[in-house]
Amino acid sequence: MSLLTLENVSGGYGQSLVLHDIDLTVDEGHVAVVLGANGAGKTTTLRAISGVIPVKGSIVFDGVSLVGKTPEAVSRLGIAHVPQGRGTFSELTVDDNMRIGAVNRKDKEIRADLDRWYGVFPRLGERRHQEAGSMSGGEQQMLALARAMMARPRLLLLDEPSLGLAPLVTRELFAQLGALNREHGMTILVVEQNANLALDIGHWGYVLEAGRIAVQNSAEQLHDDEAVRKAYLGF
Amino acid sequence: MDLFIEQVFNGIGNGVVYGSVALALVLIFRTTGVLNFAQGEMALFSTYISWKLTTEGMPVVGAIAVSMVIAFIAGAAIERTLIRPVESGRSPLNVVIVTLGLFLALNSLVQLFFGTDPQVMPSPFPSGSVDILSATVQKETIGLIVVLLLECLFLWFLLQRTRLGLKLRAVAANPESARLHGIRAGTMLMAGWALSAAIGALAGSLVAGERTGFDATLMQTILVYALAAAALGGFTSIWGAVICGLIVGIADALTIQYVDPLDGIEVVLPLGLIMVVLVVMPNGLFGRRTVERV
Repeated sequence: MSLLTLENVSGGYGQSLVLHDIDLTVDEGHVAVVLGANGAGKTTTLRAISGVIPVKGSIVFDGVSLVGKTPEAVSRLGIAHVPQGRGTFSELTVDDNMRIGAVNRKDKEIRADLDRWYGVFPRLGERRHQEAGSMSGGEQQMLALARAMMARPRLLLLDEPSLGLAPLVTRELFAQLGALNREHGMTILVVEQNANLALDIGHWGYVLEAGRIAVQNSAEQLHDDEAVRKAYLGF
Repeated sequence: MDLFIEQVFNGIGNGVVYGSVALALVLIFRTTGVLNFAQGEMALFSTYISWKLTTEGMPVVGAIAVSMVIAFIAGAAIERTLIRPVESGRSPLNVVIVTLGLFLALNSLVQLFFGTDPQVMPSPFPSGSVDILSATVQKETIGLIVVLLLECLFLWFLLQRTRLGLKLRAVAANPESARLHGIRAGTMLMAGWALSAAIGALAGSLVAGERTGFDATLMQTILVYALAAAALGGFTSIWGAVICGLIVGIADALTIQYVDPLDGIEVVLPLGLIMVVLVVMPNGLFGRRTVERV
């Protein structure tokens, strides 16, 4: 069952088009991976879904069209977007950051969710009263994940979560992402340059080149495809 | 000694007003990221509305309350109609220029609607004085201090303990990320302007009531002192704005009393303070350093 479907999506900034006729599907319960070099349009794809930039074409999330919706509205439909730079509310405490994740929830289980995610990310629990901006990049990325999960989203969009992180931290992070998918059934669309790690947790992969989908295949096949590696992934 | 204590209380009386206007400046600065130079004149307009309502026979407290409600709505309307259209522009200077234009426009409108003659605004506080530490302190001064403290408590509670406050702080800290979390940034900015306008209305009405008379120049020097207080407080902290308002007020009162060469030109004090703060400690006494990690 596809949760998110993009068809013929084009978009960009002002007059300059970055995306050209993108077709992309994310199945419920799966991890979709978008790979590609700098400037291929990975970030723009996520921004198109979130309503940050105007697009042409069709974007449907669970039967609802997202085209023309504001980021606020897209978020309220159950899509959590962790942007590049992690979207940290630097001068607020870790606890406040987490509560911002749940700011539009009406249920009574927010406190229980807080404890739950502090359980999953103990370092955040230890630092809950600390200013979020004073934490390391890896910790802020964990916070961004936990904050996104506080919204109880149905789809998680992640923009280059490994950016600026040490290799060890990146591995830990992807282990957490894999667990989110397996144990919590979280549907994830992740955009990455680190192809190996992303494909390890992914089900389906896309390779973007100059704003077009150049290749798509199951994560396993992409991972083992020498030609694709050489041509697009550069290793 | 008595004279010294009396001057300190005088300073506190003025200082709470500076603090209150500084508070309104800080609130808009925190949510919108701009200095609202029209803050004083917005308060002036509201003060005239309070005064006008009392001349129509309304009790003072009621008049101030109504004026605060009107200011709240007008503040939101100003954000929506004047600030937002220029906000998306390339330079933050656009907004600053609009607030400067608003400053001039509101001041002229006040003179047009209400005339240029000095008016008398009744005070909601009892007159008379009490003796504290062998000094004579006006009850009005004590009233002002109590009201400002309550206002601070209210704002602190609103920002730190409510969902609306969390949204306001989220937008102030990172507007783009706030939108990705489903927070309507535009609505929050409007709320920030509305709140500030209401605070200004209260401050203006109270200070006009404390003076023997007021006219269209009422808020101009106050704005300079409030800017000094906000700068000294670092522009981000609510308590910083209030405490620094008091510091500026007391320093001013003592300067007038004890520093003869500055007699009559004591306004150099807040200006000097702004200079010193900007040069020596750009983050003020209570501001936080902006640290960003990648």
